[in-house]
Amino acid sequence: MAESDFALLKERFEYLTERESADHCAVNCPAEKLVELCTALRDEFDYDMLVDVTAVDWDAQSPRFTGIYHFLSTSKHEYLRVAADCPDDINPTLPSLCELFAAANWHERETYDLMGIRYEGHPNLRRILMWDEYPYHPLRKDFPLAGIETPLPAADVAEQTGATVIAAPMMGGPFVSSGDGPMSQTEPRARDESWTEKKEKPTN
Amino acid sequence: MATTTKEFTIADASKRSAEIESEAPGETMAINIGPSHPTTHGVLRLMMELDGDVIKKCEPVLGYLHRGDEKIAENMTYNQFVPYTDRLDYLAPLANNVAYAMAVEKLAHLEVPERCESIRVLCCELARASSHLLGIGVYGMDAGAWTVFMYTFTEREKLYTLFEELTGARFTTSYTRIGGVARDIPEGWLGRVLEFCNGVLPVLDQVDKLLTRNRIFMDRTQGVGTISKEDAIAYGITGPNLRACGVDLDLRKDKPYLGYEKYDFEVPVGTTGDCYDRYLMRAEEVRQSVSIIRQVIDKFPEGPYYAEEAKKIFAPPKAKILSSMEELIQNFMIVTEGPQIPPGEVYFEAENPKGALGFFIVSKGGGVPYRLKIRGPSFCNLSILDKLIPGHYLTDITVILGSLDFVMGECDR
Repeated sequence: MAESDFALLKERFEYLTERESADHCAVNCPAEKLVELCTALRDEFDYDMLVDVTAVDWDAQSPRFTGIYHFLSTSKHEYLRVAADCPDDINPTLPSLCELFAAANWHERETYDLMGIRYEGHPNLRRILMWDEYPYHPLRKDFPLAGIETPLPAADVAEQTGATVIAAPMMGGPFVSSGDGPMSQTEPRARDESWTEKKEKPTN
Repeated sequence: MATTTKEFTIADASKRSAEIESEAPGETMAINIGPSHPTTHGVLRLMMELDGDVIKKCEPVLGYLHRGDEKIAENMTYNQFVPYTDRLDYLAPLANNVAYAMAVEKLAHLEVPERCESIRVLCCELARASSHLLGIGVYGMDAGAWTVFMYTFTEREKLYTLFEELTGARFTTSYTRIGGVARDIPEGWLGRVLEFCNGVLPVLDQVDKLLTRNRIFMDRTQGVGTISKEDAIAYGITGPNLRACGVDLDLRKDKPYLGYEKYDFEVPVGTTGDCYDRYLMRAEEVRQSVSIIRQVIDKFPEGPYYAEEAKKIFAPPKAKILSSMEELIQNFMIVTEGPQIPPGEVYFEAENPKGALGFFIVSKGGGVPYRLKIRGPSFCNLSILDKLIPGHYLTDITVILGSLDFVMGECDR
């Protein structure tokens, strides 16, 4: 099923390449062709529901960010994954799909909020889960699990109490083995060691 | 000084109303509902602009329950994340557990034995019944019908006793493991599930009598909060809310998993997509769930309840660990390094009570996901609010929110 789908798409859009996938059909698409592809997907290939928009941060690799879109056809009952690499690693941008799918609005706001990808043409690209003034994009790989100290969202409370949002206490956090190497070196450790028996709890 | 009273006549009143009408229109009022308000069923906040009683603009504000589950998932092994899935749609934790385990198993190309599938189907359907029973109850309450809640909540309580017997916890079940479930079903449990099934149907009939033809309830819900078919698809609405709009999409039927194709059940589909239809969907879905549960129990398969050949994924039961060297090592490896999942990308959606709960997992191999994205159905279902609510009266808010039956736990994640 998935192969024939890809063949059909490839015939129409030469720039597509097949993406490795453990399940349904998946394609790589250049960012600048994304809107063209998705318009055709919706109007000609019956992929009428955009179920999910997200992104992956590949850390040290380049391109660093890949936008991932999942489509579902409500008539054929098939999924399709479209991946588009962000051309710029420092200021990642992708074209917005809000014009085509109303569902993209909140999904793109969320991806912008947590991953820091700017969607060009989005009517209201604001943070959705974190508060508006929050300075970081927490799902990026360089953001620590414990968090970073930031000012309180409520300025009046912050002024009166001097409180800030502090890094979470990680003592007893998830213990995970890194997995590669001999057992003696890969004993399970807390992933984030900003507060352990050996290191004082961060004060603020 | 004597007080004098001016007598108002009808003429005065009509003169005054003429004065008011000539006043410049456009004076609007801003009103906030939530984040802590009984109507919002959690911590949703609606910023609205009102003209009189009519809502002109509505802006939902989310994130009050944001825990960063996706970040947490990247920092722990696959099995360690199971308890976090309880807290997504916390009204149907069992269904979340199953959906998550299935997503990871799909990535590992792992098939679970039939008995495990049957247990999981039972989990999903019981969770659906529990979620919908509460959904109908509080929906009735939102519309002013308190009695319904008492009936449905009693039934839900019986379900929670069953969950406790099965998983050890009423609420935070954490029942599945990658490659199986935590333990086999207790003795006599299936019989007690059947007892529940027999008991819940009369209660549904009671609810039917109390609500379905209730003039007040109908007046408050019919024609209110109507979502069109096209809008529902464009906004990515799923679950009963989508089917109420007349779109026949149920992943259990259309993308069968867990052997749902073996069971005979109907998918209720609405016609108008208003608040009343959404109520009808849930009531009927509980009946269908009961029918599925009976079919599962009817031919409940024997055999193992976990994938025995998956030695690098499922930690063997305690009795085996304590008596055999190989199993002890296997358990140690899985606990410390996590289930070994091959590299790849997978997206799996399950038909949960609230809609399609999706997990997108990127693995680079090993016991920890590289990236895990959760697609919360409530998040998508709520995204239509800013289009749906304007034009309605302020009093309709309770009914519309109640009919959408959302959970902020999976919306904010």
